[in-house]
Amino acid sequence: MRKLEHFEELETLRKKVVAQRGKIRSTVIICGGSGCQATRCLSVIDAVKKEIVKQGLDHEVLLRTTGCHGFCEQGPLMVVEPDNFFYCHLTAADAQEIVSSTLKNGKVVDRLLYTDPLTGKKIKTEAEIPFYSAQYRQLLKYNKLLDPCSIEDYIAAGGYKALAKTLTGISPKAVIEEIKSSGLRGRGGGGFPTGRKWAEARSVPEDEKYVVCNADEGDPGAYMDRCVLEANPHLVIEGMMIGAWALGARQGYVYVRKEYPLAVKHVKLAVKQAREMGILGENILGSSFCFDVEVARGGGAFVCGESTALMASLEGKVGEPRPKDIHTVKEGLWNKPTVLNNVETWANVPSIILNGSGWFASKGTRGSKGTKIFALTGQVKNTGLVEIAMGTMLHDIIFKIGGGPKNGKAIKAVQAGGPSGGCLPVSKFDIPVDFDTLYKMGSMMGSGGMVVMDEGTCMVDLAKYFLKFLQDESCGKCVPCRVGVDRMLEIVTDIAEGRGSREQISLLQELAETVAETSLCALGKTAPNPVLSTMRYFADEYAAHVDEKRCPAGVCKELIHYDILADKCTGCGVCLRSCPHDAIKGEKKTVHAIDEQICRKCGICVTECKFDAIAVV
Amino acid sequence: MNHWHYMCILTAFTFIILTGSQTLINNKLMREVRMSMPTIDPILEGRRSQPGQLIEVLQDVQEICGYIPADAMKTVAKELGVPLMEVYRVANFYKAFTLKPRGKNVITICTGTACHVRGSDLLIDQVKGQLQLEPGETTKDGTFTVECVNCLGACALAPIVVQNGSYLDHMTPGKLRRIIDKTRGAKRKEASDA
Repeated sequence: MRKLEHFEELETLRKKVVAQRGKIRSTVIICGGSGCQATRCLSVIDAVKKEIVKQGLDHEVLLRTTGCHGFCEQGPLMVVEPDNFFYCHLTAADAQEIVSSTLKNGKVVDRLLYTDPLTGKKIKTEAEIPFYSAQYRQLLKYNKLLDPCSIEDYIAAGGYKALAKTLTGISPKAVIEEIKSSGLRGRGGGGFPTGRKWAEARSVPEDEKYVVCNADEGDPGAYMDRCVLEANPHLVIEGMMIGAWALGARQGYVYVRKEYPLAVKHVKLAVKQAREMGILGENILGSSFCFDVEVARGGGAFVCGESTALMASLEGKVGEPRPKDIHTVKEGLWNKPTVLNNVETWANVPSIILNGSGWFASKGTRGSKGTKIFALTGQVKNTGLVEIAMGTMLHDIIFKIGGGPKNGKAIKAVQAGGPSGGCLPVSKFDIPVDFDTLYKMGSMMGSGGMVVMDEGTCMVDLAKYFLKFLQDESCGKCVPCRVGVDRMLEIVTDIAEGRGSREQISLLQELAETVAETSLCALGKTAPNPVLSTMRYFADEYAAHVDEKRCPAGVCKELIHYDILADKCTGCGVCLRSCPHDAIKGEKKTVHAIDEQICRKCGICVTECKFDAIAVV
Repeated sequence: MNHWHYMCILTAFTFIILTGSQTLINNKLMREVRMSMPTIDPILEGRRSQPGQLIEVLQDVQEICGYIPADAMKTVAKELGVPLMEVYRVANFYKAFTLKPRGKNVITICTGTACHVRGSDLLIDQVKGQLQLEPGETTKDGTFTVECVNCLGACALAPIVVQNGSYLDHMTPGKLRRIIDKTRGAKRKEASDA
């Protein structure tokens, strides 16, 4: 890879790569993201590659392995240009037919097309699929255009244009003004105005400053940062470089979760390529600007998503937060002014510089501009990554994009914002999704996880789940969080196990408010949210557990038991073999029975029985 | 034989036993050092006397050794200039590090929210019953270690289980049982072939 000495050389390279690609007749785009790798896309990629060579098309067809396309539920998936046919649930065995029919003869392979679950019709292209058509994909649209392991692909798609524009004619002050007037707010959860953060850090008279990318996406149920970093690492680096120019920083860090091995690999490779090309390092593209990026792997602690804890971790220490009387923009990493932004925030920067703040601010609501990526998961038909303009109705996200309930059970609630967020009931789905509305409703944007729950989810159990998570993840530094969350978990466990009383509910409320008020960091301050929001919207479920000792969703183990229905049991023995605790007895072809003494109420038999013969009572 | 003779024999025996055990201890130490040193040296290259590199170094040790051996902690402390106590504290704080060796097969169950609402609890119950252990433990024969992780970011394919680095989507207790049985069967076959 040749080092670029000047901005013009970047433009020349771009033109050269685009001209080379002009000879390509058709491009096969296969998703190689973590999600599709879990559904074994690598074998499909391998098979298609071999088949293209075998059928002699390797000079006119380009195979591109990209990052996540978002529709993970349908993986492994493929888009074939120029007709944009969308094939899903692929296996290696499909490669031969795809190459011979579609690539050679331009014919669509019907059986591989997506079937709309509502109409039952086959849909040919991605643009016609409701999951995609109802979205506004401003950031995610790049994922299809480039191989994350190729810097040439990124440059061909217009990459590092914003950097060149900044270095050749926009002053650091003007960059900050542009970001300020775009209305960009932090995508990591807090929603702090990005421009203001940068301006504060710039105003500190220090020679050494840092920019940090927070890719420690610890929220369970959220994975948009993983996707962006995996699919388009150069975009994030470019955003960080523009930030560093505005601030006067020479060093940046990407703090990425170790649990995302592909993201770590791609961002490390991107840094290496950018260094080799002279885009990172000394005198970037012949300018006076010097900047480099280091990649640090997170150690799997949720609290390290908090700014001060993350910085402690970057310094090689235990990830404990500190009081924020002095903000990190003044004294952050190594006690120097530091700007910490989340992956998605950095990724938005280059397009704001390139297209102007007005363009960015044209989408969204008054207080929340631009688009936001959400990870739509749980009990909906279409799960995956969705990008929408701020202000899109919550109902539309879940029913139009998500396609409604998955298992025929009615949708009950959505949990937004992870362990720091809250649950919203289906009756409140008619709200625009933006920072301020979600906050007002007792939930929050968080980093963008949206877990949909149906009638089969018990809200008390969910509150217990989050408290358990937070108890486990509390670093233990401050008493309100360490002890308070512990006590809250005790009370919720009592309620879930049928020992709860009315007094405990009011105690829980009081305790939650105290923990929120007095904890040291954001983890503790927001820890009571799942409890408070479920108590607010699902008071009847708490009441059923406390007063009637009943779990309406049939989840809380202490309040339910299983029965084998004699009229439905065929004596097939599947439940007997599947029970990990040997609690089911019975001869073949006779009605089986559950030994209550041994049964641990795990519910595995219910999921395994083909005849719905096991009932939860 | 008088008292003097007894004393001589006793001293000689004590000497032999002590030197013998010392050699044994030395051998054991040397073996451990031999096992860990060559792997740790390249990790420390370019990072010596940089306390800030502690987590990155431990990440690499974990990757290469599969856990953080006590000896490695001592070496890292010395080479980076971090008190051993601090190295231990960091290794203990972060979930990415394990201080005990893990089994041959590591089964990781994702317990993120999306996996939770799609029944990851059932998977934990399945392994608990089938392998007679709690998450975080290793079977006595060293064949399986079961771990839980908060989120792997493959939420759309929930519930997710990872077996030795490869992701398994839409897991059910039945599928998991068969996977464990199959792995166990393969191991037994290996043993009988040997």
